[in-house]
Amino acid sequence: MKPAFIKVPERVKRGEVFPVKVLIRHPMETGHRRDRVGAPIPRDIIHSFRADYDGDVVFRMELFPGIAANPYLEFRTVATRTGTLTCRWEDDAGGRHSQSVTITVE
Amino acid sequence: MTHQRYSRRWFAGVVGVAAAGIAHAGVGGGGFALPEVMSDQAVKAISELLAGRTPQHGRVRLEIPKLAENGLSVPLAVEVESPMTAKDHVRTVHIVSPANPIATVARVHFTPRSGRAFLSTRIRLADSQRVLAFAEMSDGSVWAGDASVVVTLGGCLDPVL
Amino acid sequence: MTSPAVRIAAVAALGALLWQLPGAARDEPGAVDAADLIPEDKRSGYHFQAEQTRTMQDDPMGNPGLLWVSQGEFLWHEAPANRRACAGCHGDAAASMRGVAARYPAIDGVSGRLMNLEARINDCRARRQALPPLPYESDDLLALTAYVARQSHGMPVGVAVDGPARPWFERGRELYATRQGQLNLACRHCHQQHAGRKLRGDTLSQGHGTGYPAYRLEWQTLGSLHRRLRACSAGVRAVMPGLGSDDYLALELFLGWRAAGLPVETPAVRR
Repeated sequence: MKPAFIKVPERVKRGEVFPVKVLIRHPMETGHRRDRVGAPIPRDIIHSFRADYDGDVVFRMELFPGIAANPYLEFRTVATRTGTLTCRWEDDAGGRHSQSVTITVE
Repeated sequence: MTHQRYSRRWFAGVVGVAAAGIAHAGVGGGGFALPEVMSDQAVKAISELLAGRTPQHGRVRLEIPKLAENGLSVPLAVEVESPMTAKDHVRTVHIVSPANPIATVARVHFTPRSGRAFLSTRIRLADSQRVLAFAEMSDGSVWAGDASVVVTLGGCLDPVL
Repeated sequence: MTSPAVRIAAVAALGALLWQLPGAARDEPGAVDAADLIPEDKRSGYHFQAEQTRTMQDDPMGNPGLLWVSQGEFLWHEAPANRRACAGCHGDAAASMRGVAARYPAIDGVSGRLMNLEARINDCRARRQALPPLPYESDDLLALTAYVARQSHGMPVGVAVDGPARPWFERGRELYATRQGQLNLACRHCHQQHAGRKLRGDTLSQGHGTGYPAYRLEWQTLGSLHRRLRACSAGVRAVMPGLGSDDYLALELFLGWRAAGLPVETPAVRR
């Protein structure tokens, strides 16, 4: 099952700047919260995210506990050629995830 | 202390000024005024990212509701005016919420392939405050913008499940 | 200068007058007519949220609840260890589950008990799949419940309150109108009498609960209606009934009746 939704336009024109929308399922546990018996809940957040497309990193982000749970990230990138846009992210627990979409450039 | 500083806005929030308006950062150069009172970790975070540089006020626009429905999830959009060419682009945008326990909220890295220096996301706000964004440009300059948000207390306090 | 006796009599008269006013201190369960508990201008919790929260609910890429619906779709088709998957009996949920959430909770023909979606899913797991029940608020139960409820998205709520459901409905109505807790408030005080007014920074909704399981910003995750009801019980400093308890089931049925006609919004986004 995919851990995230990634949405891009169905097709884009070469040179067009288009939006990439990402919604990732993750609690982004800050490390400040306590459970019902008062024990601290350990921090576990996605700390880094990157998007690669047509051979390059097109967007990169370092996330901190101030990013809300189930992060929504929307950024832009330039349509160069048809290919795969791959999103990768890593969390404090060592989880590494990767999910791709196809960019269709006409 | 933070509540005293924002007492008028806080009051307006409490009596139910449910505006879904956005607070724009000012446009045009000139020095950028940091909050007068900040925690040590916020001062440290900002001075580290500035690394001795003086931020100019402008080019950085924040879109955020004036009144947060809940501080745990507040939509924020940041955009920096820039042609985003190899010669002239935004390298990094630092989003800082000085009243949060950890002031740095995100560091966003762009390249000319980003097309626009734009990010839309949702952030957590521990308290009413001015949210700041600092943009490091490829020419070494730093530009900054801000937006004020009021964060109110909920009605019924939720038990831990 | 009035004498003490006259002043006492004046206060007593004023007290007796206030006692007679609607919504005053006395709340015998039988005294409140069910019809009086339906708001005139019936609107769901959606209309009591800030614009950015409504936008979040409406945006298929912004509503985190849809991540659980997606998980639910996966679980629906997953065949656990040698058992049939939900899809094995029910096929395409969009067809077989259409309208189900809109008429739940409902009386189960076999056991005669009132069941909400969560109870029904666990009942199916036990009877048809020989699987243990999923705990309340577990991600799997939330995902399956949200997925099933999503198949009724936009359809008008309409629950049956006659026949074997009647005692549950009466119990729910009684609970809705009875003062409880240290703050001594009934549901109707916030959600009927004062809906639209402020409680600290929040605008009180009419309390219909038509978008559950819902993504509550306060929880930072998806949660069930019963979890929301526990927050209400805690809010008036009352002893909180358990998740899945008979009292909350009865209240859930009453709320479904009260919300008749409002569209299912699962997964809603609420503050």
